[in-house]
Amino acid sequence: MIAKGTWVQIHRIILPVGSRSESIPEHTQKVPFEMWDKGWLNAASELGSFVTVTTATGRTETGTLIAVHPSYHHDYGDFVPEILEIDRIVKSALYGDGQ
Amino acid sequence: MKRDDSYQGVLSRRNEIMKASVGIDYSRYETGIIGFDYERLMRETGYDLATIAAIQHSHGVGNTPLKELANITALVRKVAAPGRGARLFIKDEAQNDSGSFKARRASIACHRAKALGFTGVIAATSGNYGAAVASQAAKYGLKCIVVQECYDSQGIGQPEIIEKARACEAYGAEVVQLSVGPELFYTFLSLLETTGYFNASLYTPFGVAGIETLGSELITDCLAQTGRLPDGVIVTNAGGGNLTGTARGILKTTDHVIPMIGASVNLKGLHMADDHDFNRKSFTTGHTGFGLPFMTNPDRSDVPRSAARPLRYIDRYVTVRQGEVFFITETLAALEGIERGPAGNISLAAAFSLAQELPADHILIVQETEYTGAGKHHQAQLAFARSRGIEIRFGDPVTEIAGQSIVLPADIGQIRAVDLDLETIRKSAIKNQIRNHAQITASDFAYLQAETKAPAAFVAASLGELNIQWEE
Repeated sequence: MIAKGTWVQIHRIILPVGSRSESIPEHTQKVPFEMWDKGWLNAASELGSFVTVTTATGRTETGTLIAVHPSYHHDYGDFVPEILEIDRIVKSALYGDGQ
Repeated sequence: MKRDDSYQGVLSRRNEIMKASVGIDYSRYETGIIGFDYERLMRETGYDLATIAAIQHSHGVGNTPLKELANITALVRKVAAPGRGARLFIKDEAQNDSGSFKARRASIACHRAKALGFTGVIAATSGNYGAAVASQAAKYGLKCIVVQECYDSQGIGQPEIIEKARACEAYGAEVVQLSVGPELFYTFLSLLETTGYFNASLYTPFGVAGIETLGSELITDCLAQTGRLPDGVIVTNAGGGNLTGTARGILKTTDHVIPMIGASVNLKGLHMADDHDFNRKSFTTGHTGFGLPFMTNPDRSDVPRSAARPLRYIDRYVTVRQGEVFFITETLAALEGIERGPAGNISLAAAFSLAQELPADHILIVQETEYTGAGKHHQAQLAFARSRGIEIRFGDPVTEIAGQSIVLPADIGQIRAVDLDLETIRKSAIKNQIRNHAQITASDFAYLQAETKAPAAFVAASLGELNIQWEE
């Protein structure tokens, strides 16, 4: 059980397949229109249950509880060797080979 | 009666929601059959340059350094013809609080929201503007909601957009993240209606007027540092506000004609609202997928009449490839010791090519940079592209196919800006403005001329091709 007042992330489908805008590409028509938001849990709940939260601006929002203490995991990605090659190209062009 | 909060219900109230959330009655500015009085809209709802500068300087915005890129200029001259290769300067807009020129727009939008008594602001953006609004809202004690198009249907987000969400949350904003699709506008309108917050749209007169200081500063800085006016200013173009505001600021600062050049990343073939294409592009802004439709139809934005009208000011419009922008971003770090985000360097990639056309004593100004960090860094974005199956290789960038490959120039001589035909763009803009009307007034004719920065004969010929009658 996740305690009331815990900072969580929720997910909700806003427009299911079939009720989306007509003027969108085929790939997008085939999938629902979804939303993710974060807030403090309004009542003790289980992961995966439909909950109500109070967001950072004080709004009430509803959705399925998908994460507790949601964190950031973006980074600089896997090594890209081509970046070193760019350095070699521009430095040798400017300063001469062997630089 | 209960309010209809369905998709159709909310969209049917679009005009009243907009009017309440921007504090402008746009209908007051309509003229003729298709026209409106743009200058009057800017005059009555914006602020003058001195007022904008004062607001910005007290809120961590503006007076960014103009830096000469001596080593990149020297590199340009390695491939330029003898005597060619203009001096390149860059306006280091990453130094604004929140890390981009968008702070200039956000500062005026938030100032206006506070002055009008709103308790919060909302912006629909996946880009730097979100962090800018969140940062400025924090300064004014305003609540802030940023609505982002962030994930595809697999729940995979663009690393650049995820980083923007983090920055917004760092400044205390609520970030509502959405999957791909234009229905973002429905969520945006619903939030405006239920919160009663101010619409900090990128396209209001406040947002665009906020950029005028950038144009003004670069003229003053260039004169002070070199004793010469710039021979061209290159602006990354997406929604058009950056080019519009910069050009307006320049016009208010000097009587000399300064050529305005727009630059966008060529993303031909990728559909912006396609769930499949969403994560196959490496640029979420500054690309032709926004640049062209907004230039030919500026009023497709989130306000009835956009204050961003680049075709009124642009003299030349070029595209570059994703591989060229990543290449120049690394070059900026390697040769100048300035590490910045790729999206801000679209105009730098174009400048590397265009500087080769100009004499060596001329000056080209690249008018922005943006912050970099986890997610929004060329290393992160190239790694993400490779993980999505995009081929990354060295070669001639003209062979790049957006969504399939990123081609880094194998040689610095292969960085080439490609001109777009502005006549075709102007004709397309006139056609979009005419919609299904058969006849327009004399004031509409003058409006179209101003909208396209074109001679009367060009507008007349374009209308003739469309079989449109007009009053003489």
